[in-house]
Amino acid sequence: MSAPQDHRAPSQDHGAPTFTVVHPGQPGDSPVTPRGVPHKGGPMNPSVDALRAKFGAAIGRASVGWGETTVFIDRAKLLEVCAWLQSDASQSYEYLSDVTAVEYRDHVRPIEVVWHLRSLKYRRFLRLKVELPKDGKTALEVPSVWSVWKGADWLERECYDMFGIKFDGHPDLRRILMWEQYKEGFPLRKDFPMRGRFSRSEQLKQALAANPEARYSMEELSIADAFEDLPTDMRKRLGGGEKTGE
Amino acid sequence: MGLIAKPDPASAVSYNPQTQEGWVTTRLDFLVNWGRANSLWPMPFGTACCAIEFMASAASHFDLARFGMERMSFSPRQSDVLICAGRVPFKLAPVIRRIYQQMHQPKWVISMGACASSGGMFDSYAVVQGIDTIIPVDVYVPGCPPRPEGLIYGIMMLQKKIMEERMSNTALRDEMMPDPTSQLYIPPSRIDELSEPFGNSVHQTRSAP
Repeated sequence: MSAPQDHRAPSQDHGAPTFTVVHPGQPGDSPVTPRGVPHKGGPMNPSVDALRAKFGAAIGRASVGWGETTVFIDRAKLLEVCAWLQSDASQSYEYLSDVTAVEYRDHVRPIEVVWHLRSLKYRRFLRLKVELPKDGKTALEVPSVWSVWKGADWLERECYDMFGIKFDGHPDLRRILMWEQYKEGFPLRKDFPMRGRFSRSEQLKQALAANPEARYSMEELSIADAFEDLPTDMRKRLGGGEKTGE
Repeated sequence: MGLIAKPDPASAVSYNPQTQEGWVTTRLDFLVNWGRANSLWPMPFGTACCAIEFMASAASHFDLARFGMERMSFSPRQSDVLICAGRVPFKLAPVIRRIYQQMHQPKWVISMGACASSGGMFDSYAVVQGIDTIIPVDVYVPGCPPRPEGLIYGIMMLQKKIMEERMSNTALRDEMMPDPTSQLYIPPSRIDELSEPFGNSVHQTRSAP
């Protein structure tokens, strides 16, 4: 009589990578919530020096605010920089937590596109910025980092929807929050009036013209296609029928 | 030999509801309205914090079941009253319009809270300035969000309205017929008028249409 197979038993060869946590500034210390972080200044993320050594002139000015490091990158080198930060063992920024943009009221100050990177291995946070001058000649276009982090897909779509920034190389750059036929422009730009450009009746007319059943196809929402891309241990768990949260 | 007696033509009562409100009609009105008013099945359309208050109204403390509303009908086909609880962005406008059109007559609409009634503080590019620009509304419940007492008061007002309905009013059950080209059911000028900014928001800029 054989014991019933327990799918939830921890597997012996889970293959989790072993690494030592290196907290910046306090090697070997257990992670603590930082206190008394200054508004300006403080220790800079060591990745900035590594970036300067690797890419030289493509790395612009860097600053620290509230303990977070911001570094400006040349637009042409952005994809290369991101790929290196993600893959290099000394950096391993595996997690792209946000892609967004900033436009200032100032007519001269350029629009900034912002990437928030996080290295789980080294407990580091890094903010990359690319400046796009508002001189009318520069196209609002930056390379897409979708090839580096797949999670950039919807983040870049949102940034395109709200700011009109084109992400070169994105597989499916459509609006994501506003409906796809939205004609009024890009709502978070400073020249966009808060109530929109059209009259309320025209806005309502255009909104009602949309077909409420033509939103997302089931294929688009399905994650079945992504199964092969999942890590081995996750594939094993899901393939064995294990449910999480039980 | 059947169970149903054949009607005697001589004793048939002629009935013309448009000119005649006899005793029988009045009593039938009362009976039908009484039944309808006390078994309103809500179709909850909750999009924001008003929906939390709506859930509180339906839960045991306030107990909407006392009004015959214990069955939340999450299907428009089996519901009587659409309760729009929360702001409606333009992207949801065709959805709420479709839900309203899928409901069977008789049907009523309660607009719950400031946002559903007027856009509230969301006087922005993305939010419909009052769902009465999309579908006809019977009762507006003010508040941000209204307390359950407020919603219950609105429901009791709707019950009162239903009790006052008369079969002789043939326009009562006219289905909303939106303009086929623009899909609007009221003139565009009235929508613009209803959506006029108010309060502090009049000082904000707006480019020409």
